[in-house]
Amino acid sequence: MAVLNLKVNGRTHSVDVDSATPLLYVLSDDLALRGPKFGCGLGQCGSCTVILGGQAVRSCQTPVSSAVGSEITTLEGLGTIEKPHPIQKAFIDEQAMQCGFCVNGVILTAKSLLDRNPKASDAQIQQAMSGVLCRCHAHVRMLSAIRKYAQGVKA
Amino acid sequence: MKPRDFSPDAFAALEATVMSRRSFLTTSGALIVGFNTQQRAGTQGVAPGFNGPGNNRLDAWIAINADGSVTAYTGKCELGHGLFTAQTQLVAEELCVPFNRVKLIQCDTSMTPDQGTTSGAQSHPTNFNEANLALAGATAREALLQQASVRLDAPVDQLSVKDGVVSLKSDASRKVTYAELIGGKTFGIALNRTAKRRHPREWTVLGKPVPRIEIPAMATGTFEYVHNVRVPGMLHGQVVRPPVVGATVVNVDESSVQGSPGVVKVVIKKNFVAVVAEKPWQALQAANKLKVTWTPGTTLPPQATFHDWLRNNKSTRDAFTVNSKDVDSRIGSAAKVFKATYLYPYQMHGSIGSSCAVADVQSGKATLWSATQAVYPMKNAVASVLGIPAENVRVMYRMGSGCYGINGADTVSYDAAILSQAVGKPVRVQLTRKDEMAWENYGVAFTIDQRAGVDADGTITTWDCETWSPTLGGRPGGNNPGNVVTGFLAGFAPAPFAARSPAPDPTSYGNGSNAVPSYVTGCVGNQCGGTGKIASQRVLTHTVPSPFWTGPLRSPARLQNTFAHESFMDEIAAAIKQDPVAYRLKHLNDPRLIDVVKAAAKAANWETRPSPRQGLRRTGIESGRGISCVLYEGDNGYCSMVAEVDVNQDSGVITVKRLVVANDCGPVSNPDGLRNQLEGGALHGVSRALLEEVTWDSQKITSFDWKTYRPLALGANVPKIETVLVDRPDAEAMGAGETAVTVVAAAIGNAVFDATGIRLRQVPFTPERFKAG
Repeated sequence: MAVLNLKVNGRTHSVDVDSATPLLYVLSDDLALRGPKFGCGLGQCGSCTVILGGQAVRSCQTPVSSAVGSEITTLEGLGTIEKPHPIQKAFIDEQAMQCGFCVNGVILTAKSLLDRNPKASDAQIQQAMSGVLCRCHAHVRMLSAIRKYAQGVKA
Repeated sequence: MKPRDFSPDAFAALEATVMSRRSFLTTSGALIVGFNTQQRAGTQGVAPGFNGPGNNRLDAWIAINADGSVTAYTGKCELGHGLFTAQTQLVAEELCVPFNRVKLIQCDTSMTPDQGTTSGAQSHPTNFNEANLALAGATAREALLQQASVRLDAPVDQLSVKDGVVSLKSDASRKVTYAELIGGKTFGIALNRTAKRRHPREWTVLGKPVPRIEIPAMATGTFEYVHNVRVPGMLHGQVVRPPVVGATVVNVDESSVQGSPGVVKVVIKKNFVAVVAEKPWQALQAANKLKVTWTPGTTLPPQATFHDWLRNNKSTRDAFTVNSKDVDSRIGSAAKVFKATYLYPYQMHGSIGSSCAVADVQSGKATLWSATQAVYPMKNAVASVLGIPAENVRVMYRMGSGCYGINGADTVSYDAAILSQAVGKPVRVQLTRKDEMAWENYGVAFTIDQRAGVDADGTITTWDCETWSPTLGGRPGGNNPGNVVTGFLAGFAPAPFAARSPAPDPTSYGNGSNAVPSYVTGCVGNQCGGTGKIASQRVLTHTVPSPFWTGPLRSPARLQNTFAHESFMDEIAAAIKQDPVAYRLKHLNDPRLIDVVKAAAKAANWETRPSPRQGLRRTGIESGRGISCVLYEGDNGYCSMVAEVDVNQDSGVITVKRLVVANDCGPVSNPDGLRNQLEGGALHGVSRALLEEVTWDSQKITSFDWKTYRPLALGANVPKIETVLVDRPDAEAMGAGETAVTVVAAAIGNAVFDATGIRLRQVPFTPERFKAG
């Protein structure tokens, strides 16, 4: 066990955990955050995605020790129900989910891409989303929400 | 469905927990004290059914709070399909109050009416017609108008109601609010079976595209799924499933995890093995480390020849759905006879989040937070698993990730309950991806033989269908916890398989599994429930014991049967050079099914001509279109789809470019919610038609993660999807969550044939299968 300091959504948290623990477990269990979710534990679906040092990463495959010193942003760190981030607002406006379990990975993966490359083409968006799964198959609305956000970023 | 009285199950639940409901309502603003046992007398002996008994007391459904807001109670749960919002609209509509003044409480065995299982596209038919929640709303509105009539000294027909205020039509200043009439008090009346629902033409809240209530919280990461439930003192469990099918425990070496960080207990119950630890990561590490010796297990039938194994299985349960007893003679006298065999694989629910539950079992009482679709039946099933009385079990629904049928939600609820009982503390369990996928109750494989006779004019005169499908377990209901893996491992047998052959003659018509094609009359005795014109018909089904767990997966059997029927119809149309739409219409009799076929064809700008298209080439990319249709479950939603595809004949890759779906589910409660369901169902169907297939080797399932079971990723080529809603304000509400997925495989297969002349008869339509075609 080791005491580690994590910067999550602008706040520093001190946690006492096995340093090999995947970041996801610390965020969802020790810090009770609801954004990142355990989908597969294998880095294959995207549900656990967080933004770590500006990059979308799979927190189920990221040892907590490697997240020390970097800013971690989770879905709840983007915006609130009252003041959603523009990409969250796009998903709400498009009603772009069904069960909503995967939407954490969808939003953060798309946001990470578009923050780095605001002019990303449809093909580039498609490529970035190729490792993200939605089993309700709400793809059409999700892609439409991502495009809507992308247009706002470009503008 | 008509409202009935309490089941013993629901009776016991309310007896046991009426205080908690009372205290809840007190804190929520309404003082409900109206539950007395006399109202429930004489109701013993009613088993909790599929849709549950509901409740005939208005107060069980609706309370007007002191501030005039409304609390409503439902036993049909939100699964991600928008039902919570639609039911909230329903209550607001019937009571004539604003949408945001209604708070809906869903699926808690101590608070909400027992409505059985939320499944089978039955929630709309159950709660939106002339019974249950809809009837409760109508009863409450009429009761309030009666009270207002007395208070305002005016006949009811001279009153109008808006936003919870009743006023005189002639003098709006003479008014009284719901809160003044009854706020904080009970109605104390039964549901009025003659209460009139507001007609869809009067709707102001229903019928509108109201945004879903949960979505802002979901999009901002604050929504509470069952995965997020945290209880003080909660521990974490991880199960250790057998390594191969049929293996049983020889020995568990508990010393192998001695000293592992956080380990609280190794729990063994017959062949159920698990570890409880303080933290989830510790539980996982210990479960991986625990040394368990298992027996070798059983030898599985080879996957390559599985469909022959199914067909040749000697232990079968046989049934005729229809049998006019003239099929063989009609085939004998037909001008042309067609035959084909269609194959469908096992597929999985494959929920995006592995299943999770939290249980707190202490002092002989159990509380569960579960994403089960069967909240009420689970009371009994968990009671059996724990060996405690059902009245000591409370199940509270919390949403999981989309389930599409019986995913791991039931089994993981038993996992959590067993572990909590073993340690005497609350325990949360979330399955690993492999434990979810390798042991869930799969959607079933099918082998389907089709045969038809056509006369000299090209009209089908007889249709003969014979199917084989495997079964093991399924929904546990209240009495069969052994129908899912945890219950089985803990010592409960699955529901017994009752072989029966030969099949008895059918005694009544039902097409719940869409075993009967749309083009026959569906006559059994004097009753004809089919949608088509062909009078000579036989449908014989064989159920076979499955080597794997099976259970309902979105459009169970309906999708598989519809794939075979609608592909075969297309084959016949092509063989006699008829346009696929025109040929279908020629054999259909049901005007609503005819209308959705026409609506889909029109919206798709359907080109009338036979398939395949003219001038086929054997290389390069070719395009084609196909159609299919269904009356889901024989009475629960009309749907037709046109698919447009590109087929790369060199690689064998099929790309779906466009799907046009026409749907008729009666009056539309929420058009945007309906479109969302149709779009998702359509694309789910694409994933299942093109990609999804459970695989196994001689001993075990080999589809256990997203690399070994590949669905359609978000970055895949996604077709344009267009939805046409055929609104029927004067009809009854039908289901809409499973119609679109049912028709996709056939529509795509028919489009591939149109493009290339190659007929695909085995799902999924992989490049290899296309190239072998």
